[in-house]
Order: sequence, then C-alpha cells, then structure tokens
Amino acid sequence: MSRVSEIMENMEYGPSVEDSGAVRDWLRDRSPFGHFIGGKFTGSGTTFTTRDPSTGEVLAEVTQGGDPDVAEAVRAARKAQNKWSGLSGNERARYLYAIARHIQKRERFLSVLETLDNGKPIRESRDIDIPLAARHFYHHAGWAELRDSEFPGHAPLGVCGQIIPWNFPLLMLAWKIAPALAAGNTVVLKPAEYTPLTALAFAEICQEVGLPAGVVNIVTGDGATGAALVQAELDKIAFTGSTEVGRAIAASLSGTGRKLTLELGGKSPFVVMDDADLDAAVEGVVDSIWFNQGQVCCAGSRILVAEAVAERFESLLRARMERLRIGQPLDKSTDIGAIVDPVQKDRILSICAEAIGAGAELIGGQPGEGCFIAPGYLRNIAPANPGTQQEIFGPIATLSTFRTADEAVELANNTRYGLAGSVWSESATVATDIAARIKAGVIWINCANMFDASAPFGGYRESGFGREGGRAGMLDYLSEPQVKSVRDPAPRQPVLIDGAEGKGHDIDRTMKLYLGGAQKRPDGGAMYKVPGGLAPLGNRKDIRNAVEAAAKSGKWAAMGGHARAQVLYYIAENLSARADDFAKRTNRQETDAAIARAFHYAAWADKFDGANVQAKPGHLVNVLPEPYGVMAIACPNTQPLAAFMSLVLPAIAMGNNVVVIPAQDDPLVLSDLYQVFDTSDLPGGVVNIVTGVRDELARTAAAHDGVAAMWYVGDRDGLASVEREAGGNLKPVWSPANRDWTKPDAQGAMFLRHAIQWKTIWLPYGALPEGSGGAAY
Amino acid sequence: MSDRRNPGIDLDTSFFTYIRINTPAVERRAATLPVRRSLKKDWQAAWLLNAVRCIDLTTLAGDDTPDRVARLCAKARRPISADLLAAMGVEGLTTGAVCVYPTMVAAAKTALGNSGIPVASVATGFPAGLMPLDLRLAEIRYAVDQGADEIDIVITRAHVLRADWGALYDELRAMRAACGTARMKSILATGDLKSLENVARASHVAMQAGSDWIKTSTGKEGVNATLPVSLVMCRAIRDYCTRTGHKVGFKPAGGLRTAKDAISWQVLMREELGRDWLSPDLFRIGASSLLGDIERQISHHVTGRYAAGHRQAIA
Repeated sequence: MSRVSEIMENMEYGPSVEDSGAVRDWLRDRSPFGHFIGGKFTGSGTTFTTRDPSTGEVLAEVTQGGDPDVAEAVRAARKAQNKWSGLSGNERARYLYAIARHIQKRERFLSVLETLDNGKPIRESRDIDIPLAARHFYHHAGWAELRDSEFPGHAPLGVCGQIIPWNFPLLMLAWKIAPALAAGNTVVLKPAEYTPLTALAFAEICQEVGLPAGVVNIVTGDGATGAALVQAELDKIAFTGSTEVGRAIAASLSGTGRKLTLELGGKSPFVVMDDADLDAAVEGVVDSIWFNQGQVCCAGSRILVAEAVAERFESLLRARMERLRIGQPLDKSTDIGAIVDPVQKDRILSICAEAIGAGAELIGGQPGEGCFIAPGYLRNIAPANPGTQQEIFGPIATLSTFRTADEAVELANNTRYGLAGSVWSESATVATDIAARIKAGVIWINCANMFDASAPFGGYRESGFGREGGRAGMLDYLSEPQVKSVRDPAPRQPVLIDGAEGKGHDIDRTMKLYLGGAQKRPDGGAMYKVPGGLAPLGNRKDIRNAVEAAAKSGKWAAMGGHARAQVLYYIAENLSARADDFAKRTNRQETDAAIARAFHYAAWADKFDGANVQAKPGHLVNVLPEPYGVMAIACPNTQPLAAFMSLVLPAIAMGNNVVVIPAQDDPLVLSDLYQVFDTSDLPGGVVNIVTGVRDELARTAAAHDGVAAMWYVGDRDGLASVEREAGGNLKPVWSPANRDWTKPDAQGAMFLRHAIQWKTIWLPYGALPEGSGGAAY
Repeated sequence: MSDRRNPGIDLDTSFFTYIRINTPAVERRAATLPVRRSLKKDWQAAWLLNAVRCIDLTTLAGDDTPDRVARLCAKARRPISADLLAAMGVEGLTTGAVCVYPTMVAAAKTALGNSGIPVASVATGFPAGLMPLDLRLAEIRYAVDQGADEIDIVITRAHVLRADWGALYDELRAMRAACGTARMKSILATGDLKSLENVARASHVAMQAGSDWIKTSTGKEGVNATLPVSLVMCRAIRDYCTRTGHKVGFKPAGGLRTAKDAISWQVLMREELGRDWLSPDLFRIGASSLLGDIERQISHHVTGRYAAGHRQAIA
C-alpha cells in the first residue's frame, strides 16, 4: 500500500514542524550574548546556557549579570530618563508604535524563538503570546500620546526595575516595558534565566527602531541578578513571579519609599454552575490549566463543579483530555509542549505525589520522557489537601464539587490567593453574582485566560497588588501630584494611668475604644493622659477585636453608593449641628474641614465609577472598583479631627470597614465624633477606633492577615516597620504625605483610588452566531 | 455500500430540554479547531483525497438536464485525474455520492451504472419544504422508485421556531417510513433556525426520528454550513450516540469551497467525534466547486507546479 493510501486508512495527522532555521542561524551568530545596556550589547561575561526544554539541546550562552552590570544598566537608564520623559507624548508614542510594528514584522521569528526557549506549543506563541505583545505596545503608544491630557499633574516615576517570569517571556516583557515607557520612565529589565532569548531579540528591535540609548536596558541572569536589581537605586520595582520571591522583595523594599507592584501566584477557581454549557466549560479548562502546560499564574486550576452536573462534566472532560496531543513544541499540531525545565517538572510531580498521598486520585498526568507531563486532574480532593492549596504550575487541575451557589463562592474564596476566577453559567443573574463575590482581580464569565492591553490584570490578596493594562496599569507607572508635606510631630511617650476612670465633670472626660459601634474598655485596662482627659491605651488584642468587629459588619459595602452617601451627608449634618463643640475641642478650620470631607465623599460615594473598556468586540469588559474589605488606617499625630476625617471618609465611602489608629497625642475629639457616627446611622463596625501607641498598633494591624490594605501616615521608621509586617499577607501599604489636612489637597479621587482594588470582569456575549447579529457594545 | 441505519427512538425531549449552548464559546472553539491541527505533504494529500471520498457531488439547479447530470456523474467516477492518483498509489477513488433533484435520479442511475456510487435525491419540496405533507411523502416515494439510494429531506423550520417538537418528530417519522430502504439525510436549514440551541434541538429530534445523517443546509439559505453550527451538530451526534448507541452521520453542505475548508471540517470530525466519522458512511460533504480546488491542490502536491483549472476535467 502506498503511504498516501495508508494515511487514508489511519487518518493520522503526521508531522508539521515549523521551520526554525532562521532562528538557529541567529542564535549561532549572536551567542554568547552579553547584556543590553545603554543601547548596545556588552561583551559576554560569565555565561550560563539556555536550553530547548523539549530536547535538552543547548540554544545559547547568556551572560550572568552581576552587581556591576546592574549598576551600569541603572546608570544608563538614569542618564536617559530626563530626556526620555522630556519628549512629547507624540514622540514617545512614535517609538512605541514602531516597536509594535517591528514585533509584528518579526512575529514568526519571535514565535519560533519563544517556543524553542520555553517549550510552549508554536500555536500558542504564534497565535497568543506574540500578537498580544504587539497589541500591548500599540495600546500603550496610545497612552504615551494621551499621558499629559489623561493624567494631568502626574509625572513618571523615573527608573523602573522589572523582573519577569519564564512562562510568557516576551508577553510579560511587553506588559512591563510598554506602560513604563509610555509614562516616561526608563527601565532595567531582567528576563527569567530559563527564557532570556526573546528579551535579547527585543533589544535588537529597540536598536532597529532607534530607541534612545538607555531607555530600555536588559540584564540577564538568575535570582542573584534579580536580587541585585531589587537593591539598586531605582524608583520602582515591578515583579511577576512566585509569591515567595514577591514577599522577599516587598520586605527588602520596606521603608525605601520605592514603588512596588507585584503580580504573583494563584490557585484560581473555575466554577461550573449547573446551568453551564458544559462543553464550553470543558474547553475553558483546555484554555486554562492545559494552556502553556498549566504554567499560567491565573490558570483556573481549581475546578469546582455543581454536584448536579459533575458526572457529565467529568466524562466530557476526560474525553476531551484524551484528545489533547502532547509533543514537540514546534509541531503545529501540538497542544501540550514541554515543561520549561526538569526542576519544574520534578516540582509538579512531587506536589502531585503529595496530593495523592493525602487521598486524591490522579487521572492522566503521567510524566513522559524528558520535560513532558500529560494533562491530568486530581479528583476526590478536599480543600485541606496540599494539592488544593499549593500552586502546582503544571497541567494538573483539581476537581471537586459543590452543592449550592453559596458553597461554590465559599470554596472559591477558600484560598490565600486572588488572581483570577472563571465562572460558567448561562444565567446572567447567577454568573454576575458569583463574579461579584469571588475575591480576585480578574473574572472571566463563560471564558478563560482572556487578556488584552486595555483590561487591567492583577491580583487581590497574596496574588499581589498593582495592575497591568489600561488606565489602572498606567497609574502604577506614574507618580501622583505632589502636595506640600508637613512634618508629622513625633508622638510623646504615653503617661499611663492604670485602670483610672475619668471624673466626668465639665471638659475632663474619659474616652473609650469604639469597636463594632459600641464603646469598649481597652483590653489591658490602661489609660494614658491626653489633652482634656484620658484615652484608652489599646494593645494588640484591641486591634484583633477591632478587625473582628470590622470583618463582621458586612452590609456596608452591599448598601450601595447612594445609601452610603446618605449616611455621610447625615454625618455632615450632625457635625454641623455640633460645630461649636468640635471647634472648642479642636479649632474652626478642622471642624470646617471635617464637615467638608463628609460632603465631599458623600458626593463621591456613588460616582467613583469603573469603566467599560474596549478589549475585543463581542466582549463586555467591565473594570469595577471594589472595596478591600477591612482596611487599617494609622493617622498622623496632628490635626486629630481633620486628618481622621480626610483618611477615614474616602475609605468608608468606597465601602470599606476600617480600623483606625487616631492621632496618638490628642485623640479625645473622637469621643465626640463617634457619638456623631452613632446618631448618623453609620452601621456598627464600619469605623473602629483604637487609641494608643500608634506605631505599635499599626505594626499589629499591618501584621494582621484579616486586614486587606493599610494606610499609614507617620515617619520613615514607622512606615518601614509597617511595610515589613504587611508582607505577611502582602497587603498594599499606602503612605500619603503628612500635610495640612484642612486644605483642599487633603481630599479627592486620589484617596479613593487607594481605597479600592480594580476587578476586571469579562463577559463574551452573542445570542446568535457570527453573521447573524452585531456587536452591541 | 454500508447498511448502517439509525432506527431512531421514541420522541424524548429530555435529550435537549435543558441544553445550554454558549454561542461565543462555540465560536471560539470553532475558530481554534482548524489552527490546532496542521497537515503537510502526504498527510495533507491523503486527507484531501479522503474529503473527495466523502463528497456528495451535487447539482441542484433549475437548468439541470440529464446530460448535465451525466457529466457530473462522470466526474464522480473519476474525481481526480488518473495520473495524479497513480502517482500517489491510490486506486478506485470516487466521490461519496452524487446528489440531484428527483427528476434527475434516473439519469444519474444510468450514468453511474455499476460504479457502486450511490445516488442521493433531495425531496420534500426542497429547499423550502412548504408543501403539503402528503405531496412531500409522495415525492420521497417517487425518488426512491426512480432508484435513489439516499434521500435528503428538508424539515419544516416552523416546527423548530415554534418549538413544536411533536409535529417535527411525526413528520420526520413519516418521511423515514417513506424512504424505505433508502437512507435518510435530514436538512435542518440551520441558517433559518439561527440560534445554536435551535440547531441542537432540531438535531436531536431529527436523530430520534431515525435520520441516518443530519445535514446543515440546502445551500440556498443566507448562511449555509459554518464550523460553529457543525460543532453544535457534532456534539448532538455524540450525545445521541452516548445515550442510544446509534451512530448518526453528519453532512455539512453549502459554503465548503476550498481545500482548506475540507481539512478544517475533517479536523472537526476527528477531534469531536473520532476516526469513524471520517468515513463516507458517517461523513459527507455537500459540494460542487470544492472538488476543483482539491484537485488543484493534489496536482500541486504531485507535480510541484501550481495547477490551472482548464487542465482539469470539469463536472
């Protein structure tokens, strides 16, 4: 039988391997690679090898960057920064546009190079990674053009250090470099040691488009090079990678005043409701955990399926899994390529073994020769199983069931991460509800792993903070308008009065803590002397109680902006009625400012809107501000009323419940203020006040895993210790400059931005197939 | 010729009452199916020849004549020129069937002689199907009497749009009975049904009523065979097979014009239903111009030169 006749019998696909000749010639020509600093490639130094993980073949020698290399790159970036940020938006836009065009022109070359270095299927690098990278530069060419008009008063940060992972090398480079350059920053970027090659090819593109020397610098190397970059004199670090490393970076930057954004790990829920299109959901799994060998931080790795449809879903899933083709990454018919490195393969297998040891059953997921692992999933797996808790970062999902929508949400949120979530339901009512309740930065309704430069991407909880893409992403590369800062007076050593009660005559009064809407004695029973009387000396248990009270008060966010605005107006009204009392306690300016803040944030409460962004036609993509939940606020040791109101009201206007540590030396006015809260229908637990030694209480709050975000106004040492403690659950810390809190620049949308986290919700729509209808939005 | 039949089952709306189809998700899957698989060289040639094997070579025009049909049949017997086939070591390749109007069946039978190529006839007031049922049944019986081996019927779209599943089922049952030993293909006219859930529901009723193939289109609707619609029909076939054990074939028609289309649809069959659905017994392509493009590709594969249409025999 002829070969063609034979194939007509078996109908196999046969090999279809993308040609890699041009890329291999390029590698032969260029290797060993140096760094790209100041617009030129340096000579190579001590090198390490980068390999094709699918064969183990050495692709190139790349230089291990050391401290001097990093220092030189930072110098080059610093030197270039003024001139770069001095260019007009249009001039920067032209460079970014040129980069986008050049990426497109070299799409095939870059796809093949990415696949060789990383092991991902050529289909993915060709159809997803590289086009999205080009799209990112196009989109940010637009932001460069519009920066001055869209972000008035903002300025670039300066020089940014950027450390990117190996799972989407060029795409992550684009996510980092495009917004930084659009905003007017210069960068030093370190690609991952497993996958440095497309970054080096990108450096050539920078040369080709004539990007000014030093605007983009690329230093290759391993974790030590990254650590050197973190220590360097930079204005910002942007890191994408593991939560462990992210935490270490956060700790080492504490107190430096440098900006930080982190995009870290995930264990994202993939919720299949009983009214889902199950075939669609199964394809969603293919696009999630069986995409890029499961090496995707936002992969829907925890499949949660309604018991009512679990059996059918699983049988469809298994059948689909069996049709996936594992093979050579350059073969155009390959679905699952190679794991990036043997170290990662071993890690995946060991987590699976641990999960199986704890009672889970592994379907598929068998290791092959070399860096290959077949797609699989762990079933019969409980939340307590290590396989459910750890990020496997391989093509292995977990599959478990739920009974009701509430249980689905509870299971979905039973994780320390919060990067993404996927919800499958044909009911808009159900899907949007679950989307609102999952605590994650990106939610995909009836889809998975959708990305676009206009749609902010980033995490809640220990998946990090900061956003990449869109307006929110640009703000992370810009500094906010400067205000005139005022030194925060250092708190005095408190003079203790053990267990004493006030006398209650005329002005001299005894204040209490304000927890859950009630006045409470401090846990330790101690008081300290403050102007006008005594204040309770709160301790760590009082902070614990305050966080508990805040967490319990659930309805405030759910009331909606209008109802919150009414409460804030009512606070203003009652403050105004007692204005003379408050003026006596403080002064007229503070009292007026307090009333002004209440009006200002009542106005904002129902107006700080999200946006519907232009990601893709046929997709409703909403970017929504969500409150953090429980926030802690440490106030400056001055202007006790005006500062308190300037900080607390924006936080609660957005729906947060707050634990407030007021001005240490002079908090007594707040005992009048909480009476105003009580008479203004502010629900108990929305504002909780713990007086005492500010920095001690702030440290305790920063270390509390139940606090999702922290504001701190104080000195540098205090901030450093707060930032160090905040690394425990990776809560973002914002430290607005101390200022005259009675002035107009002590209020505004900037405060609101720090009181929310952006959630991007994707919803593809279409009643009828293409050709029958039109895209509505 | 295969004697596979789908006996059908009693109407059971539980197959589709709760069906949920997310249109954008179907479109995403349909868009990535062809780019997830690639065929080169001998594999590409073999898959193209397999497509030829599955073509219902069709003429359904108002100006059809017996001679025109005879010409079509000659092409069905020798769809790819003998020298090209010889170069690939392939023998005895014919199309899956020819497909004509009932009054052309006799001409086709004569022209095809003892080639073994089945003759399919459209019937039931093709393409709109809005004739009294007794006339439609009589038309089936006429075509069968003329020697048709397969009957391509059209459904009453109104029954689907009005969700009158009982009426649809009864009508199809009657048609199935009228077909006798001829195998029945049910044309759903998916371009008229519009929604993918309608397509899935109609597919299930058609299979329950005993269709041996379900077919997308007459070729006369505004939108004919598309990959998303085909994906939905294939999944219905899969589900019906899982529940009843009966295999039902699939026939996309109208809109498949290029060799690339032929590959895309075969990839769909292979990925969603498996190898069995790449045989002419379970997969047919309703087409006329497609064959010419495939022959050009095959010619290029064999000779390394790009082909010109005038050097190929036309239908």
